[in-house]
Amino acid sequence: MDIQITLNGKKITDNVDADMLLIDFVRKHGCLSVKRGCETANCGLCTVLMDDTPILSCSMLVARAAGHNITTLEGLQEEASEFVGFIADQGADQCGFCNPGFVMNTIALLRENPNPTDDEIRAFLAGNLCRCSGYEGQLRGIRAFLDSRKEN
Amino acid sequence: MVTIQKYVRAQSLEEAYQLNQAKTNKIIGGMLWLKMGSGNISTAIDLCDLGLNTIEENDKQFSIGASVTLRQLELHQGLNSYTNNAICNAVKDIVGVQFRNLATIGGSIWGRFGFSDVLTCFMAMDCYVELFNAGVIPISKFAYMKYDNDLIIRIIVKKTPGYFNYSSMRAQRTDFPIIACALSCINGKYTAVIGARPHRAMSVTDNENILSGEITEESADKFAKYVAENIKTGSNSRGSASYRKQLIEVLTKRGILSMISSMKEGEHK
Amino acid sequence: MEHKEYKAINKSVRKKDAMQLLLGKPVYTDDIVPDNALVVKLLRSPHANAIVASIDTKTAKLVPGVVDIYTWEDVPTERFTNAGQTFPEPSPYDRMIIDRHVRFVGDVVAIIAAENEKAALKAMKLIKVEYEKLTPVLDFRTAKDNPILVHPEDNWVPTVDVGGSNKRNLVASDSNSSGDVEGVMADCDIVLDRTYHTKAFNQAMMETFRTYTSLDRYGRLHVISSTQIVFHVRRILSHALGIPKNKIRVEKPRIGGGFGAKQSSVSEVYPAFVTMKTGRPAMIIFTREESQIAGSPRHEMQVRVRLGANKDGKIRVLDLYTLSNSGAYGEHGPTTVGLSGHKSIPMYTGSLEAYRFDYDVVYTNTMAAGAYRGYGATQGIFAVETTVNELAEKLGMDPTVIRDINMLKEGMQMPAYYNEIASACALDRCLEHCKEMFHWDEKYPVRDMGNGKVRTAGVAMAMQGSGISNVDVGSATVKLNEDGDYILIIGAADMGTGCDTILAQMVAECMDCSVDKVSVFGADTDASPYDSGSYASSTTYITGKAVEKACADLKKRMCSIASDILECSEEEIVFDNGLLRQIDTDKTVTTREIGCKAQVNNTKAAEASASHSSPVSPPPFMVGMVEIELDKLTGEVTILDYMSVVDCGIPINPALARIQAEGGIVQGIGHTLYENIQYDKKGRPIENSFMQYKLPTRLDMGNLKVEFEHSYEPTGPFGAKSIGEIVINTPAPALAHAIYRATGVWHRELPITPEQIAMSKPE
Repeated sequence: MDIQITLNGKKITDNVDADMLLIDFVRKHGCLSVKRGCETANCGLCTVLMDDTPILSCSMLVARAAGHNITTLEGLQEEASEFVGFIADQGADQCGFCNPGFVMNTIALLRENPNPTDDEIRAFLAGNLCRCSGYEGQLRGIRAFLDSRKEN
Repeated sequence: MVTIQKYVRAQSLEEAYQLNQAKTNKIIGGMLWLKMGSGNISTAIDLCDLGLNTIEENDKQFSIGASVTLRQLELHQGLNSYTNNAICNAVKDIVGVQFRNLATIGGSIWGRFGFSDVLTCFMAMDCYVELFNAGVIPISKFAYMKYDNDLIIRIIVKKTPGYFNYSSMRAQRTDFPIIACALSCINGKYTAVIGARPHRAMSVTDNENILSGEITEESADKFAKYVAENIKTGSNSRGSASYRKQLIEVLTKRGILSMISSMKEGEHK
Repeated sequence: MEHKEYKAINKSVRKKDAMQLLLGKPVYTDDIVPDNALVVKLLRSPHANAIVASIDTKTAKLVPGVVDIYTWEDVPTERFTNAGQTFPEPSPYDRMIIDRHVRFVGDVVAIIAAENEKAALKAMKLIKVEYEKLTPVLDFRTAKDNPILVHPEDNWVPTVDVGGSNKRNLVASDSNSSGDVEGVMADCDIVLDRTYHTKAFNQAMMETFRTYTSLDRYGRLHVISSTQIVFHVRRILSHALGIPKNKIRVEKPRIGGGFGAKQSSVSEVYPAFVTMKTGRPAMIIFTREESQIAGSPRHEMQVRVRLGANKDGKIRVLDLYTLSNSGAYGEHGPTTVGLSGHKSIPMYTGSLEAYRFDYDVVYTNTMAAGAYRGYGATQGIFAVETTVNELAEKLGMDPTVIRDINMLKEGMQMPAYYNEIASACALDRCLEHCKEMFHWDEKYPVRDMGNGKVRTAGVAMAMQGSGISNVDVGSATVKLNEDGDYILIIGAADMGTGCDTILAQMVAECMDCSVDKVSVFGADTDASPYDSGSYASSTTYITGKAVEKACADLKKRMCSIASDILECSEEEIVFDNGLLRQIDTDKTVTTREIGCKAQVNNTKAAEASASHSSPVSPPPFMVGMVEIELDKLTGEVTILDYMSVVDCGIPINPALARIQAEGGIVQGIGHTLYENIQYDKKGRPIENSFMQYKLPTRLDMGNLKVEFEHSYEPTGPFGAKSIGEIVINTPAPALAHAIYRATGVWHRELPITPEQIAMSKPE
């Protein structure tokens, strides 16, 4: 079926299978930051924004996403750069495989709630698994970023 | 992964309903559960163009479109104020925000899954399911109807004055519940709805008026035992039948006491 | 302890790949390979023990897009092992690419190669297999000398005598001791005899197993794989496919986590086989389900501890018997088990008069185990530390005090650890430091919070090793570039841990330059110097030392080139603060000048390689303390604080060392409270997805705090020991201890579920 979709601000027209998942579509179109970590919608690695809402691209038919704005980390390099350095300073990037999903959902969190408490951060990011960092370094990084924003 | 031959965005409820009459066609809700299957779907029917993604509130009721997401329920002030935050408590531990941005109330209720926090919670309310063909049906009845080819249009929650409480026990915070416990006091009548037992949620109403007088530790305890006795539990990888019985007692008693204290707080205001 | 001011060591430098990873750049296997690779899928056995009576692939091969399907009839008959270990491989040669005899639910029955995934999956459904079902051996306690043999075949090859016999379902068996165990035991005031059980937990790294293979421009097999062990994979593939090693090149891109899972060659052989058969590029990506049911998890173990002590708390004798479940194949079976004793008993060297450690490793019809962070030590430490905590509780002593009396101290010789001397050991300071930071004295008492909830605390110590003594080889090549900066080439694998960065820090320290001036390349069997790979907590300690040696050699070579420029003798040149200076003159040469000179009319290579191996494996040490709130009625455990102090020698990069510790602690919390491995009666795994196998989320781990106590390991690079594995060892015993404090019940099986807590009554 023919679909039209806006991916990172660019209109794309493509012919796709009815059961193609959004994750496979965006990867096919060069957005390789989007990762698959499970088949059961549990890991959060494939998080993208659909009309600014964070969703799991592994559980979204591209046919259903047609007509919507899809944003991946490729489209948010500048906004992400602002804050990911603080994660890097903690060494909390580690293997990096969960990073894009984590960064996308953190961006979604901070857009919705620019000044979250630690508990609000934990709750919003609960669906982003990370097996390397133990999460604490990610939290310190986000906290350091928020503190630096306050100072400026 | 399920395979899908054709994808259709229904342009009317009638069209969606008609398409859904073919056995091999399926309405896609949040797509979360559906995609994990290994079957073949001829036509996947999407309701996304039908405007069913809003919660409408008036003096008498909430009308929740089938495509409303669990995240919308979680954040809806009116619903959570009416239910003493029970709805938020029922959904907030379901996997993660991104998951709840996809999962729909229509999909959750239609599935009538044993583990469903959503079904358990709404069964404790004065709540109805509006189906295209069968019309408006009380949710407690719908929960035990056979799967057919009908379709859910919306869920209606009447604003019958009441108090609500929701709690669950999970081995890991974002896992399925081992037991889910929704409590309500509507028109002075107390009801406990127990989900994840592990079968489909069941409700027990205080027909013996255990809680009719001043509610004390003792009467809450007695009611909790009454509920546990009247709920059939089973065993699966998450818990045994006897552990579930114990959890029903604990969660019911604590829930009743916490509901009473919030009622009292309400009166003081 | 040496207090040296370093410029690049003991500094929290950002990981060299951090921004690439955080900005989602395409750096992993699946991101960098061409799209035209054949998709490889595996048909797996639904039975735990069966013979493929017949297999019919005719209809399946007709599916458009299917290129070929291979069965047991198509593969070489020689057996090999997937374990990534140094020659001579200690794990038995017991598997084939596809065996007619399938030995666990998930064992491979057919390899499907297709142009796309849809075709491969469609074909998979159309393969007709008839199985002759056999009774499986599912309970590892019944495996030894069971009449049902997991490996009845005649071509089972034990390459090293580790006491195994396939006719007894025995992978390995051994016994060692020191002192008069029974005599001391008889003389003790108190003897505890306890048995513990831990499951086959999954590493659950976020990137599942995956491998891409193609033929390179010379027609050699080129393997790009998410692996910790490029050189071992080359050897394993050579053996399994029957092709010479010089016809194989293995490289790893960035890896999405390993934790030991990728110390076995789990996925490589299948696409490699397809590429050799078809000549075409091939790619396999394990689903999460495949990673869960056919990966290389921790060895399930049952550990019996007999501990003898005096009333005053002096621990005089430890006797361990470990039964380890290797599953259907023997990968890492003979070696993991050793750590359950050798890395638990020595912690009590301070008072032990005798010890004994016996073990059996058995085959069963469950998923084959492998290497997982901790590698047997995790299981043994859970058992020993819990027994010591029970002793303290029985004697009414504070468990930190009982450890003070008995623990290993710096300078002691460890009979249970190959008689090594603890030349760097701050275990006592770790305990003291942790106790103070945690406020142990306030948190240890049981406090009733009302409504059935209590708060209390638990403690545990841990040790590990740093590399495998007399076995592991680490190597490094350091090259000077004409800009005067350096490139470091290694065969160790950074799997997210940051070894590329910390090894670059070592080069920077040696060469008096900033870390930015050092680039890192690895790992590639064609280009990297030989390295055993990244496992056994070896990279910092072993490969780090090779880096130091290579830098020393390179400096000499640079001095020599400098002497050519300055027309003086080599002996007159010194390496001074990044410059080469002629003694007693003000003549200097920059590294840039040497780099340029090296490329013009020069016969001296401006690069150096070095290898290192160590006769010792100095243990890092750690103390962990946890405060929990436990709901006695539901059994729910809420972790409030987890604090720990680690002695990894001198941490090369404190930020990365801290993240290692925090990550390991949360993984340990996972297998203690949430992650379960269960099989149904037919041997089918239940926790086959992240929906069933519950990793801890950030809502499940409380607040973490990690600090360090430095020691200085004289044999390590810049005083460093290891950090990677030890960090997973304290949560299980510390949590089991806190749960006992709250409930009066010792839980000796992992995971400790809320149901077990709520439904158990004090003994």
